[in-house]
Amino acid sequence: MKKLSARRRHPLAAVVVLLLALAATGGLYAAFAPADKAQAEETAQSLAIDEGKKLYAVGCASCHGTGGQGSPDGPSLVGVGAAAVDFQVATGRMPAQQPGAQVPKKKNIYNNDQIKQLAAYVASLGAGPVVPTDNQYNPEGADIGKGGELFRSNCAQCHNFTGEGGALTHGKYAPSLEGVSPKHIYEAMQTGPQNMPSFPDTTMPEKEKKDIIAYLDAVNGEKTASQGGLKLGGLGPVSEGLFAWIFGLGALIAVAVWVAARTAKAKKS
Amino acid sequence: MSSQDIPEENLPSEQDAAGHTLVKGADDPFADPGMPPHEHRIQDIDEKAARRSERSVALLFTISMLATIGFIASYVAFPVDKIVYIWPIGHISALNFALGVTLGIALFCIGAGAVHWARTLMSDVEIADERHAISAEPEVKAKVMADFAAGAEESGFGRRKLIRNTMFGAMALVPLSGVILLRDLGPLPEDKLRHTRWSKGKMLVNMNTHEPLRPSDVSVGSLTFVMPEGMTEHDHDFQTEIAKAALMIVRIQPDDIKDKRELEWSHEGIVAYSKICTHVGCPISLYEQQTHHVLCPCHQSTFDLSDGARVIFGPAGHALPQLRIGVNEEGYLEALGDFEEPVGPAFWERG
Repeated sequence: MKKLSARRRHPLAAVVVLLLALAATGGLYAAFAPADKAQAEETAQSLAIDEGKKLYAVGCASCHGTGGQGSPDGPSLVGVGAAAVDFQVATGRMPAQQPGAQVPKKKNIYNNDQIKQLAAYVASLGAGPVVPTDNQYNPEGADIGKGGELFRSNCAQCHNFTGEGGALTHGKYAPSLEGVSPKHIYEAMQTGPQNMPSFPDTTMPEKEKKDIIAYLDAVNGEKTASQGGLKLGGLGPVSEGLFAWIFGLGALIAVAVWVAARTAKAKKS
Repeated sequence: MSSQDIPEENLPSEQDAAGHTLVKGADDPFADPGMPPHEHRIQDIDEKAARRSERSVALLFTISMLATIGFIASYVAFPVDKIVYIWPIGHISALNFALGVTLGIALFCIGAGAVHWARTLMSDVEIADERHAISAEPEVKAKVMADFAAGAEESGFGRRKLIRNTMFGAMALVPLSGVILLRDLGPLPEDKLRHTRWSKGKMLVNMNTHEPLRPSDVSVGSLTFVMPEGMTEHDHDFQTEIAKAALMIVRIQPDDIKDKRELEWSHEGIVAYSKICTHVGCPISLYEQQTHHVLCPCHQSTFDLSDGARVIFGPAGHALPQLRIGVNEEGYLEALGDFEEPVGPAFWERG
């Protein structure tokens, strides 16, 4: 205690106190924040729609209304289709944890059967895009070059040339497409989740969606190599040059200052 | 190297002798205080420390040599397409990484060795270099002036006026050839900025499928880019023309459209806006389908597509131009004319 009080006027004391206070506030918030634990119970297989309706009543109805008609807290789900449910729930975006500019991706709390039941119920409310099958989104044999052209003209404005993501207005953002499964990319293009516009088959046919998925797999897939490393968001020479100027030259200046600041004299002044 | 037990008698005696020989005239407050006393380094005093420094410098230079050999070895050893995982950089080319690291070490060690050598072993005695007047001696000045006058007299520059005047003429005219080449910067754009490829009856062609677009193809919340019919990406002037004609198509519920003119110029809620930002002309298509806001990635200008593409944030000076569209007899979307105003950023004569 004496040691502590002796150092209370240390120049870094305020910083230490501030850090402790921030950590305490964050810890308290994490402990008391309203976490949604809508863990639906396992039920025996019966009519998927009936089961889906039960799951819906527990996990979704508080925002989307008891019949999917929507409320001030959530849009109507009539006509969004099974593809939208599969995307939103399987990526963990829905059920949302809290209202905000954008609902982020998080851990999915439903199993595959439950997602199918939910999707069947929502699809029964009104016709919409169905969940795509493997031969619709599998990028095997698709045209990567054409996919690159389509990606750059339709998607790159928000998601960056190689799908690294980017910022939008008022806290919204286009998420990074790294590690997103082909099925979910396909469903996102089909349904337009949150503020993303949709690219329906009428304006972007199935084959072109497949080309885009193949392109993303080539430039931002699990096995994609970055020849030089540290790609800095894939923005190109401007960001890389800026990084070299600020951090590279900054480090050189710091080393030069350090070298000159140390005296080589025997008697230290 | 700090705990040096240097015997006091090893310190050079002249240090104390020279250290305090400052001339301090009592009558002159601005007298030259002279040099501060020279202080010695450990290496100047202790031969062991000097040898340690020598070995450090030699070690750095040796590391540099080894790194250069490593550079050559990795150039030979690694194939161009070998990819390795290195934390935290990720999957990268083994060759690039090895060449960069070895060359970096080789160069850094040469620099570090040189700096260490200079700081610890090279002489660090302060030297004063007195300044001197820079003007030449009067005799030299007189000689140069006399030589110049003699040269001018011998050339006949003042006497032969014809030669002098034609020389002036030739030198005055030569720069004209440079000026005349500037003509290639033209011709002036005239009214090219005011017109695009859009005109009455031109169908809206989807840039993905290269097929004309029907109203039923465009669903609410979707985003489509179109070009005027009769253009292909292989035309020699495609880039010049699409830079002005680029168009984005979105569909908004007619009830949500706040601007009366926008609703009139749309077709059942399908609206067509120029894709060129009115600030400095960046392509702008970061469309948020729930808010109907379009964001420019360059300077964050934001336009509200449900309210006549009004500027709601950022440096853009005016709304995005809207293209008036309708449907032709075959049921395809068509333009009902060109843009009413020039697309893109303002320019001097825009008005």
